[in-house]
Amino acid sequence: MSILVNDQTRVLVQGFTGSQATLHSEQSIEYGTNIVGGVTPGKGGTTHLNKPVFNSVADAVKAEEPNAALIFVPAPFCKDSILEAADSGIELIICITEGVPTLDMLIVKKKIDELGLRLIGPNCPGIITPNEAKLGIMPGSIHKKGKVGIISRSGTLTYEAVKQTTDLGFGQSSCVGIGGDPIPGSSFIDMLELFNDDEETEAIVMVGEIGGSAEEDAADYIKDNVSKPVISYIAGQTAPAGKRMGHAGAIIAGGKGTAADKISKLQESGVHIAESLLHIGETVKKVIG
Amino acid sequence: MNLHEYQGKQLFAEFGLPVSKHEVIFNADEAIQACNKIGGTKWVVKAQVHAGGRGKAGGVKLIESPEEARDFADQWLGKRLKTYQTDENGQLVSAILIESCTDIDKELYLSAVIDRSSQSVTFIASSEGGVNIEEVASKTPEKIIYENVDPLTGPQPFQARRISSVLGLDSNQAKQFSGMFQNFVKLFNELDLSLLEVNPLVINSEGKLHCLDAKINLDSNALYRHPSLVEMQDPTQEDPRESEAAKHDLSYVSLDGNIGCMVNGAGLAMGTMDTIKYFGGAPANFLDVGGTATQERVSNAFKIILADPEVKVVLVNIFGGIVRCDLIAEGIVAAIKDVGVNVPVVVRLEGNNAELGSQILADSGVEVESLNDLESAAKKSVELAK
Repeated sequence: MSILVNDQTRVLVQGFTGSQATLHSEQSIEYGTNIVGGVTPGKGGTTHLNKPVFNSVADAVKAEEPNAALIFVPAPFCKDSILEAADSGIELIICITEGVPTLDMLIVKKKIDELGLRLIGPNCPGIITPNEAKLGIMPGSIHKKGKVGIISRSGTLTYEAVKQTTDLGFGQSSCVGIGGDPIPGSSFIDMLELFNDDEETEAIVMVGEIGGSAEEDAADYIKDNVSKPVISYIAGQTAPAGKRMGHAGAIIAGGKGTAADKISKLQESGVHIAESLLHIGETVKKVIG
Repeated sequence: MNLHEYQGKQLFAEFGLPVSKHEVIFNADEAIQACNKIGGTKWVVKAQVHAGGRGKAGGVKLIESPEEARDFADQWLGKRLKTYQTDENGQLVSAILIESCTDIDKELYLSAVIDRSSQSVTFIASSEGGVNIEEVASKTPEKIIYENVDPLTGPQPFQARRISSVLGLDSNQAKQFSGMFQNFVKLFNELDLSLLEVNPLVINSEGKLHCLDAKINLDSNALYRHPSLVEMQDPTQEDPRESEAAKHDLSYVSLDGNIGCMVNGAGLAMGTMDTIKYFGGAPANFLDVGGTATQERVSNAFKIILADPEVKVVLVNIFGGIVRCDLIAEGIVAAIKDVGVNVPVVVRLEGNNAELGSQILADSGVEVESLNDLESAAKKSVELAK
């Protein structure tokens, strides 16, 4: 078991022939991911990385029946690409691209929810289920099949959490980067629900950061709904107020969204806090080791 | 990206929102002519900085002669205005807004933000204006209304009526507000705002609604759609190192400590700052060098970090994912040679080809402390910074 993706997932890559998509699709295929084709308008009928290229998602759906879309198109075109995938009823849409305008995301998110589909990202590393499928830009080699589910708002911090849980022998069931934007397609809560129901997952690592109230909302949810142990690290304890720390969503605004507030709220809900970035693996070990 | 009040008012006017007759001046010599052009006998002069709290700091004044406007401009242009929202150095006053004086009957509050919880543009309005809205929210929450605009169906008249009722508007004012509400949403959506605030929105002596203030923040991700707004950027209001970094597409925030940080990934960059603090040190900055840490990017990053005279050591923390650490190591070596780094550099390389990367650093002849775990690298940096 795992969440969202496995070796049966049929992946369609949007923006397939672009340089980023090419680089990462090659690595995903090498990892064993079942990429069934890609979409680049105007290049339909050709092949790329030995996979068929289509002019539209609708054409691809007819020919290859994908059940996941992985989007690499530039930020100005993400709204269109996500809505195109949604229009074809693709149930899992992952958008890697950084820099999507927030107002575009308000519309996209509302539409996705209305249609009952699932969007991960944008501005995220994607999803991986070790040894089965890699839909994203994370380095496959640091992962190991195992029992920790990882959810994170940041790419490279996810890798730290992965490496520490791999080094200690726990491995991961699946890892999901939900992205660093203010309006993400999926929340911590959405992923906590899936990991809590996943038989293979024994503990959940949630890597949060300053800004917004996603961690506080997750804390409320965990208290009442999550039976598995949750370990959390919150980045940005030294971040100043009012400054955007790289990610569009990582900003302490009006005194709200500080690391200290998030940590105390999570502790109240029984979440195990890693006291520093270096202690994520050790904290997992203390809880389930 | 933030705009000045005078720029905000210009946009308000373009979207049919009522603002005072105004002129903006960048030179004290222009003051008298500006007052005469506006006409009347009373004006308000306002120092333009990207910060609130200007009135209490002496940056806003009611005047009764054009000469006073000139004196005010003389006093403030090129000087720094310190308010409770600025740091101790204050913000440079780069322009003066002069506008006709409005007789006020009542002060109200109106703002709109992108609300993460409701995932919509949310209007916040209160019958208590001209004061700190956070205070109103905590003391008299019944005087505030929150109204979410549905991203798909847009603003509806019933929502304007609900806001009018909390604002205590009469039927004529409510009718005026209904139109203004549509225009505020239009402005917000068409120009990709992230925040809009009118504090105060007033009822003037003629019983009409009038925007005495105009604060606008823009969504940086959407600036590619608005080249004319990009031109409104005022670099004098930004930290010079932060604007320099932005030119090179690097995300940088300066902090008070003495350990310079260069990290790939925003989350890890924050995590690295926290780790330095954990071992008793103080980070000098946040810097995300990006997923593709090429030699050029690393060189630029070193230059920006070292422009801070407080920096005693630089900690480079790279988790090579897709990017190979050997390529990054070559970039670091070349950048150090290119920039002429004169403080100790501690490098932690992890991930893809990390060992090869460390070997390249060791063989390069440049003085670099290469450690492959973050704990040792952070501890070493803290020790060297003492």
